[in-house]
Amino acid sequence: MKKFEEYLLNGYRRENGKVGVRNHILILPVDDISNAAAEGVARLIRGTIALPHPYGRLQFGADLDLTFRTLIGTGCNPNIAAVVVIGIEPNWTDNIAHGIAETGKPVAGFSIERQGDLKTIEMASRKAKEFVQWATELPRLPIEIKEMTLSTKCGESDTTSGLASNPTIGRTFERLEKMGATLIFGETSEVTGAEDKVAENCATPEVRAEFLRTFQAYQDFINAQDADLFGSQPTQGNIRGGLSTIEEKALGNVEKMGRCRVQSVLGPAVEPKSPGLHFMDSSSAAAEMVTLCGAAGSVVHFFTTGQGNIVGNPIVPVIKLSANPLTVETMSEHIDVDLSGLLRFEYNLDGAADRAMAMLARTINGRLTSAETLRHDEFVLTKLYRSA
Amino acid sequence: MKYGILMHEENDDVGVAVMDLAAGSEIGAATLEGHPVGNIVVTQDIPLGHKVAMRDMAPDQRVIEYGRIIGRATQAITRGEHVHVHNIRTMPW
Repeated sequence: MKKFEEYLLNGYRRENGKVGVRNHILILPVDDISNAAAEGVARLIRGTIALPHPYGRLQFGADLDLTFRTLIGTGCNPNIAAVVVIGIEPNWTDNIAHGIAETGKPVAGFSIERQGDLKTIEMASRKAKEFVQWATELPRLPIEIKEMTLSTKCGESDTTSGLASNPTIGRTFERLEKMGATLIFGETSEVTGAEDKVAENCATPEVRAEFLRTFQAYQDFINAQDADLFGSQPTQGNIRGGLSTIEEKALGNVEKMGRCRVQSVLGPAVEPKSPGLHFMDSSSAAAEMVTLCGAAGSVVHFFTTGQGNIVGNPIVPVIKLSANPLTVETMSEHIDVDLSGLLRFEYNLDGAADRAMAMLARTINGRLTSAETLRHDEFVLTKLYRSA
Repeated sequence: MKYGILMHEENDDVGVAVMDLAAGSEIGAATLEGHPVGNIVVTQDIPLGHKVAMRDMAPDQRVIEYGRIIGRATQAITRGEHVHVHNIRTMPW
């Protein structure tokens, strides 16, 4: 097997200096009722991706801020070459378009009122065609891992996640941290029972205090619903795979940190400001978490699974790793890195991390992940509370 | 395969079946680093990924995996038994 160090990495250097590994043209709806026009453009123009979603109307406060931050952050992601924004009215459409334009990448906004869908689709399609033809001539250039933001999450975890695939990511992240990469993990509810392990790994007392405050705020939120997570955490899939309690799941989950130090606690969809590992306050639902990582600038995501979570993302390549021999056999089309040999002592964690790193290099250089080839384009906004 | 049960820590109360284990069979256990932890006779069928009691546990006893508490026993558990949601429960809820 070729080692990570033997690969020459190539990617796209954007106007603001950030580095991406894909070259997508986004058609981004501001709100639910603009999905039809956005999807209309994407059907007409080859090389574009529409990101339909169910929100963007009558949200307010922190919930609206998060939707805006996620949409703008997604457009800003270095895997995106250019963006066409479509909204029902011009004001919020301009907010999103201007937010993305700060990166210096080409952005155009279109609003539907006083034109209708069909005229909007025509104008937006002409612009999208221009963007595609421009972007397809952008060259891949040599890049370094320290210029990139990467992220991780586990899903449909089972005991093989905690034994093998998550420690493999921990070892991989230790190597990437040394190389100067920027790294994101999170899943606030899924560190319950292992929160002190995350706290111990925080780089400073201030970061530790901020992490514990964030963790407690989520516990308070659950209590305020007059509910608990019993029956939801662990999930039915987790239980089928042998996980019995949230503590057991959490102890397996935090193996993904390795011995990396946590440099900061990020709000959802907030971009890290320094290299190293960052904890993002985020849902443990797979598509929501990966979407938030993409909005925070992640260009490749490591997703470990036990029972076989098949999630992908339209703009971030999701590398799927599993050590469960049943899963890698019965769901092989979804798995990029088979780590089941770890459980048979065929290689150790360093050998497993070599496999993850090699797949990272290949993905950076253009190999489509299993989730990309299978069109797993889950783009899911996190909703904080009900709309007005 | 040399070992059918893997353990995070040598002194954990539970190990993880890394293959389907049949009731009555004697199975080798080892840590992740490959240190042998001895053999154990499993008393029930235990599917791949599920936990095996490495020692007897009393009701309400804290159950240790990863060298840490993962919950409490809701009933008496004997060595070699299947450990899961039917006989352990989370601490917070």
